[in-house]
Parts: sequence; structure tokens; C-alpha cells
Amino acid sequence: MSAAGARIGVITFPGSLDDGDARRAVRRSGASEVSLWHADADLRGVDAVIVPGGFSYGDYLRCGAIAKFAPVMTEVVRAAERGMPVLGVCNGFQVLCEAGLLPGVLTRNEGLHYVCRDQWLRAENTTSTWTTRYEPGADLLIPVKHGEGCYVADESTLDEIEGEGRVLFRYVDGNPNGSRRDIAGITDARGRVAGLMPHPEHAIDPLTGPTDDGLGMFLSALDTLVPA
Amino acid sequence: MARVVVDVMPKQEILDPQGQAVANALPRQGFEGISQVRQGKRFELEVADDVDDDTLARIAESFLANPVIEDWSVRRVES
Repeated sequence: MSAAGARIGVITFPGSLDDGDARRAVRRSGASEVSLWHADADLRGVDAVIVPGGFSYGDYLRCGAIAKFAPVMTEVVRAAERGMPVLGVCNGFQVLCEAGLLPGVLTRNEGLHYVCRDQWLRAENTTSTWTTRYEPGADLLIPVKHGEGCYVADESTLDEIEGEGRVLFRYVDGNPNGSRRDIAGITDARGRVAGLMPHPEHAIDPLTGPTDDGLGMFLSALDTLVPA
Repeated sequence: MARVVVDVMPKQEILDPQGQAVANALPRQGFEGISQVRQGKRFELEVADDVDDDTLARIAESFLANPVIEDWSVRRVES
């Protein structure tokens, strides 16, 4: 399979905001983008799925709570259980937690303020499908923009995630939301499903973002999908 | 038809920044003596008679509340 043959789907829910940038990041990484609609009950043969940021269904009940019942998410959960790589960013992270693909939940920022800024992160796990392009301990500058990004789980779950090396990124130089143990992103036990609050798709080109530090996530997935 | 109320509250051990903001504002409004506020949600459902308690519990547990961070209770107020 050539790089252009890897097909990465990006879901659009009513209220999605960052699906356009996510598709652009997919293109920039060299993969083919496939637009998926929330009402689709078919993943159209994609090799990986991105659940982008935004406010799915208005986030009226809880962030991501209604999206988990979308027809397309039923298929995403099935595909993830079979091992398909899935990346959830911001609202997408919230959706993956609500859908039970990742542990824990995202709650209101501790300071109650919506936070929009460029944020330093440290790459902790560099063996997951989405992070192999990073050096362990690398510092990345990637935007955050959210009102409900405080990662919460019970202590035993946090210990388990840490013990298994499933923290992908941690906030450094200030925690924007009060997230437990400064966690910015995590992965599932197999390292294929990933979720993070910061927006790698907004940091793929210094022309339009603070850095291109986010591109590594998309290139990492492509490395897995297209063995060298 | 029955009216069913589902109350959803953040668990005690979960930080509730909204409740804290309200608690901090009360003295500024001149109300003294309130040491803690927890903010939750109340859902009112009009429910057909053949919907049983088990179904209502599943609705609360799987959808209206996120049991990782929230407690819930279901009660029928009219039938």
C-alpha cells in the first residue's frame, strides 16, 4: 500500500469545528482523507478514524455524551475493538471517553474559564500508533482551546494508566485546566486508540499555527498503516 | 403516563468548580453561613406506564449521568 493508499476518515458531527483542519492534516501527512458523516453506519473502508474537535450535537447533555450514540460511532467502537487506529482530539477525546474506548472523563476546567492558548506538552509515550514519530521527552508547542478539558478518573485508574505507560502527553509550563496529574492525552491498552485535548491538527504548519509539532501524530499513524 | 425525575449530581470527591464559584459568590451577595454548594442537573421525563424501573435506571446510568464522575437517582413523582 502506498502512502496515498492509506485512507483516514474524519467524522463530521453537527457542531464539529475542526474537521476541516483535521482533513488538511491528513492530506499534509500524505494519506487520503475520507469524510465521514455522523449518520453513516459505514466507515467506507478507512484504515483509521479521527474524531475531531468542536461541539458535537451542541454538547447539551455532557460533552460527547450524545455523539457516542451516533450511528457512525457504533461502527468506530466496533472497528476500534478490532484494532483500527482512532484519534480523538478535544471534543473527539470527550466522545471517546464517553463511548468507553478510553477511561475517565473530561470535566469543566478547574478555573471555569475557557482557555485558548499555545501550550507546551511533553511526549511521554512514543510507542503508540499516533506518537512513534516523537522522541521520548520531546517538548511540543500545540494550541489548546476548550472549556471542559480537565481529565478526571479515579486514583486506581490513574495509577493503572501511568503504570502501563499510557499517558501520551503531559502539560508542562502550566496546566490549562486542572487535569489530574497534568495529563493532556492518553491511549488505550493496545496503543491504537488515542485521545488528547490539545489540537495537533492546528499545528502542522508554522504559517497557520505556532509550530508544525502536531504533524508527527498523523505521520506516526501513517507509518503504522503503511509499513516501510 | 408518569412523571419521572432524574437527579444527577457530581460525586462528592469530584471537584465541582461551578458549585464552588456559586459558594464563593454568596458572601459577596451578603448571604453568610453557606459553606458548600454542589451544582447538578435535574431531568424531568414523561414516561409511558409500561416503562419499568430497570429501564429508567439504565437510561440514567448509561446516558443522563456519567457514573465516572456523577451519582444519579430516579424517582416517580406522579403516576
